[in-house]
Amino acid sequence: MSSRADASNDVDRPYPPVAWCSTIALGCVVIGGIVMASYAPRVAPLGVATALLVAGALFLAGAGVLLTRVGPFAWSKFVTFFKWSLLAYLVVAGMIEFAFVRDHTNGASLVIVTLMLVIFALSVPMNIAFTVARYGEID
Amino acid sequence: MTDGRSVVPAVTAPDVAPARRSIEIVPRRGLALVGLAVVFVALSIAGNWTWALMFSHVVGGALWTSLDLFVGLVLGPILGRLSPATRAEFTARFMPKMVIIMPTLVMMTLAAGFQIARKLGDLSPGSPNHPWLIASFCVVGVMAVIALGILEPANIAVLSEMNKTEPNVERIGRLMRRFIYTAGVTGVMQIATLVIMTRVGSR
Repeated sequence: MSSRADASNDVDRPYPPVAWCSTIALGCVVIGGIVMASYAPRVAPLGVATALLVAGALFLAGAGVLLTRVGPFAWSKFVTFFKWSLLAYLVVAGMIEFAFVRDHTNGASLVIVTLMLVIFALSVPMNIAFTVARYGEID
Repeated sequence: MTDGRSVVPAVTAPDVAPARRSIEIVPRRGLALVGLAVVFVALSIAGNWTWALMFSHVVGGALWTSLDLFVGLVLGPILGRLSPATRAEFTARFMPKMVIIMPTLVMMTLAAGFQIARKLGDLSPGSPNHPWLIASFCVVGVMAVIALGILEPANIAVLSEMNKTEPNVERIGRLMRRFIYTAGVTGVMQIATLVIMTRVGSR
């Protein structure tokens, strides 16, 4: 990519696997959520849930790191789509959190569920925004 | 969950005729209805209101599954036989609506369903429905990852591409291929949901 003009004509170039990382992060917290919900109203074994949470966090962080290395990119488009989809998924995550709190989930279980929901609410917008922006006009 | 997989067979790389009009990716007028649905489900959970929970779960679930299967099995093949210009026009009008309809139905179904299961004791290990509900969680988990991680980003990216003055036909076709690859899995999951839910309901 020798110049910005070249870059703008090359939006179909290979990108780092940002979307894959954020999708795997989503998968980790979905599985973790299933584990937690499967045990309700009992307390789920937190070891498995914590491991999935950590794996999800690592993949999401990995996606973030990869994103910083994409080179020329449609950042304005990324930010626009990220913030609006984040808003939407914060509402969804809030609903799920509300259901767990309403069902008297508390202590470490609630902390893990909340953190999983944070990863959920970040990974989906990350995926949407990256997928849209990678084909957008490079800033 | 934005399941526009049905439109997929309709749009292939070589013959897409991109829509020229500006596309509203998220129809703003529909957001009011989404807000109403969110408030309704939240109040149902807060009040543990049996009828409202059942309404949200049954209506949301029935529409979700029906739409998914209808679009995949009926609408998709029909679209495949339309002219490229007609397909593009349909896609431009149809997919934005799916962007708000499907997540809303999914939210209604899952949030109310979990609360009903808690209320009726189906989540207790001693309940005969417990294993079926766990199976249902797994089915929903697979659909969630496919829909949120693969299909929804592609759906929005296609709409964004179609909004350009000169949409890249090859790129749209490439994004739409995701729908074809995942259509079989989603269909099987929806059939599994029907089996599980009717099984749970008949106990």
